[in-house]
Amino acid sequence: MSRVIYKEGREPHPREHRVVFKNVDREGWDPSMDMYLSEGGYDQLKKALTLKPGEVTDEVKKAGLRGRGGAGFPAGVKWGFIPPTNEKPVYLICNADESEPGTFKDRYIIHQDPHQLIEGMAISCFAVGAHLAYIYIREEFPEGAQILEKAIEEAHKKGFLGKDIQGSGFDLEIYVHRGAGAYICGEETGLIESLEGKRPYPRIKPPYFPAAMGLYLCPTIVNNVETLCHVKHIMEIGSEKWSQTGKPNNTGTRILCVSGDVKKPGYYEVQVGHVTMGELINDICGGLKDGRELKAVIPGGSSAKVLRADEKFTIGRGDDAKEISIWDIPMDFDSLAACGSMAGSGGVIVIDDSRSISWVLNNINNFYAHESCGQCTPCREGSLWMKKITDRVVAGKASPADIDTLDSVARNIDGRTICAFGEASSWPTESFVEKFRDELVADTNPELEGVVVNAETFTAAANL
Amino acid sequence: MSEEKTDLLDVQIDGVWHKFPKGTRMIEACKQAGVEVPHYCYHPKLTSPGNCRMCLVEMGMPPRPAPGAEPAEPDEDGHLPISWMPRPVIACANTIGPNMGIKTTGPLTEGCREGVMELLLANHPLDCPICDQAGECSLQEFSVEHGKGESRFREQKVKKPKNVEVGPRIRLDDERCIMCSRCVRFTDEIADDPVLGFTDRGSHTVLTVYPGRELANNYSMNTVDICPVGALTSNDFRFQMRVWFMKETNTIDVNCATGANTTVFTRQGKIYRITPRQNNDVNSDWMPDSHRLNFHWIESEARLTEPLVLDGDHHRPATWSEALTKSADKLSALKGSEIAVIASARMTNEELLITNRLVKHLDAGHVDTVPRIEENDGYLIAADRNPNTNGVKLILGLDDPGSQLDAIREGIEQGRIKGLIVLQENLVGDAGFSGELLGKLDFLLTTYPLANPTADLADVVLPGACWAEKSGTMINVTGRLQRLNKVVDGPGATLEPWEIVRDLIQATGGGNGIYAATDLFKQLAEQVSEFSGISWEQIGDLGLPLIETGETIPLIEREKERIASGLVVG
Repeated sequence: MSRVIYKEGREPHPREHRVVFKNVDREGWDPSMDMYLSEGGYDQLKKALTLKPGEVTDEVKKAGLRGRGGAGFPAGVKWGFIPPTNEKPVYLICNADESEPGTFKDRYIIHQDPHQLIEGMAISCFAVGAHLAYIYIREEFPEGAQILEKAIEEAHKKGFLGKDIQGSGFDLEIYVHRGAGAYICGEETGLIESLEGKRPYPRIKPPYFPAAMGLYLCPTIVNNVETLCHVKHIMEIGSEKWSQTGKPNNTGTRILCVSGDVKKPGYYEVQVGHVTMGELINDICGGLKDGRELKAVIPGGSSAKVLRADEKFTIGRGDDAKEISIWDIPMDFDSLAACGSMAGSGGVIVIDDSRSISWVLNNINNFYAHESCGQCTPCREGSLWMKKITDRVVAGKASPADIDTLDSVARNIDGRTICAFGEASSWPTESFVEKFRDELVADTNPELEGVVVNAETFTAAANL
Repeated sequence: MSEEKTDLLDVQIDGVWHKFPKGTRMIEACKQAGVEVPHYCYHPKLTSPGNCRMCLVEMGMPPRPAPGAEPAEPDEDGHLPISWMPRPVIACANTIGPNMGIKTTGPLTEGCREGVMELLLANHPLDCPICDQAGECSLQEFSVEHGKGESRFREQKVKKPKNVEVGPRIRLDDERCIMCSRCVRFTDEIADDPVLGFTDRGSHTVLTVYPGRELANNYSMNTVDICPVGALTSNDFRFQMRVWFMKETNTIDVNCATGANTTVFTRQGKIYRITPRQNNDVNSDWMPDSHRLNFHWIESEARLTEPLVLDGDHHRPATWSEALTKSADKLSALKGSEIAVIASARMTNEELLITNRLVKHLDAGHVDTVPRIEENDGYLIAADRNPNTNGVKLILGLDDPGSQLDAIREGIEQGRIKGLIVLQENLVGDAGFSGELLGKLDFLLTTYPLANPTADLADVVLPGACWAEKSGTMINVTGRLQRLNKVVDGPGATLEPWEIVRDLIQATGGGNGIYAATDLFKQLAEQVSEFSGISWEQIGDLGLPLIETGETIPLIEREKERIASGLVVG
């Protein structure tokens, strides 16, 4: 394979390990079929079609590929949840609703290397027995949708989609479905409802686990863009070699999207767990802005629990347990979970000491209040309430007791909702109050204890 | 454990072990165990979206043994230990599992309820003093039982549309709506008229009717019944009466042969509202708007409130004894073959029994009733708009009610029929009799609740109580015997039709000594084989199957399918 040259100024950092992002920002690369074929495109699909579907699934299982969308659930295991007795059609949906604030990786795959995704999807569809697949792409990616449509058309012409793909007897159609601008459509059952033409109200689980009762109540596999791309690479280098990247139980590479107060925000594909938070911020991202100190990091998209810069964390178990600082947290699923947060969607939001914590939390609460679908009580009423309280905190019109109320509202949401949006909307508040109570309280006024204030007026005055 | 039937599962509810059939929803298991789980969105006749979160309970299952470890040992009663889950689960949509534990008390469950109540009330207008739902509002009830009793909400509430006409009979207050979606599901799943939905997001979500459409189907008012709060209110009942002042009487609808079970709400002899009463063999939880609203005429100015006798060319009020004596005199002058009796399939079985006795006593040559056959609406309205045609067939012995009306008309035309007794019918209005024809009679007696063109021509007009003012039994389209219960007293000197017929028999020289409709029912049980062995009390509030008719009620059949498929509890 010829040496890959990247566009000037967009070269990957030496610590990066580009697999899925190999062609992103690549010099002379375009999203066309010809370009993709010139580098062995669709060879892995051809290879997969000579195998049995179960063998492909086994490869993905052996690779230990964990979902890159947020929950980090093993993809192969998810595929295995399709009931063995199933006689209904099976659907595969690519979740391209990338809407977690701080996450911006899937769009680059779609924009610059769409055939990688289509090949990954085709292999995955073959593995799970799906003959119809959808790419659910968020409304805000109109160009991405067009690129995907074009790529699908090209794949049709070359016989990588459609009837009897490459003479294998396997049929597959992929359709692009555009969302209408709702965060909740990233929740897989909300996405399915939306795809069915309804309001994206997430379904209750049980009984509506998509692998058993998904789209049109048929078994449905919903995977993230990055996850499906990895399937292609697992086929290419084999599960054994693939799983040697990353760390055990945290295999492969993943794309970290770093935003906020670093010198070089951006996307960086690294081996899972091979870089620490400190290396990510200081080496890869060029460090904090001059003269600034780290205050906090939200490590996995805005819904992940915040990590405070001076916190001590314990990772590892038993004899391996050790206490580390934020700088030494390995960027992998298990370590971030052990630190009380999550790797989530890979969106790392860096917050330095120039930021008001009240403002940051209010900004997040604003988002979740706006995006709550409104189906179930706790999230519907709680997310707006939390926003209104932090509106007042920011405006200096809250009392210290409001911080307690804020925390208790969040805890009345957490774990009590239909979907994970409840946690997504309450974890920021819970963690910010837990870790930055002093700073939030500092923005309040004890004289306002019990005083009813008109939040909207103050919000307007604060120009929020 | 191994000996017990596989379809019964052991479930521990608040520390007590019970057995329930596999597939039972947790909330229903609790109900059967006598433990109420508060809920808003759950309705056993609708699908369960699990959106209100009020029914969250603490749940546990036997611990899963670690790999290689021995499974837990059952205790002496055969129950496995329960490993309680840290997260609560909704009781409405989840079914029980073997050896499951449910806690409806304790910090987790109680904390959830308190939290949900506080959140539901955060943006609620708390306008109970002017809300029709007050007194029968789940928000009020659960707030008292499970709420905090005070609000920590210091923000401005969300403003939403108020007083929205979503249909001709329904008004919506979006600020009171708790987005439980019961109405949306009802219109979609039961009424097949999915015009309701939600728009906007989050706390700004509003219930709305689709642009250009309205909630106008004939079952729309059921949404008011199932609305757990005061969001949907009935234009008809709105602001008429506080619910706690009203008396509830269980009875049945008489607008068609289905005989929907109803509750009639009254205060001081006035009917304010009729709502469907659950009967899974008759009307489920629903009834048509047209039937529930068909009661205002009971208070009409056209009500007959005293007997009238024809005096020259106009009617004048008379006492019952004068009217009955006049009738007896006239009837005695006629031969039996010159008398026809037209009764009504709106009469109760008891009334029909005593009418049959009148026919025999007078040896009347003709007897029939007025049929009312229209289209079945595919839901609850039977093609037969008479409530008791089956009673007519059974008790009057008419195989084909209405088939003799032509002969009666012909008899009158030809002068063979000289006397006609019309019980609870308006022949001119409803049976195609012309005034000219009726003018040929020597004697015409009618009983009816309202003044009407037939009564206009009658020699004697007797005020007969309407359905709400009498008791008795009827047999519905499926052959179910049901009780009609007296709700209010009839106005003025009105008598129940069976009393009128009894008095007429007595006035014409036939004594019988019947003092109550229940006495007549006893006689029914003795004289009509289908009724034998049945007592008035036995019929109860839900009735009982009496005869096979081969007829079904479409909505009920569909509901059975939905239950069988597990979609709804039923």
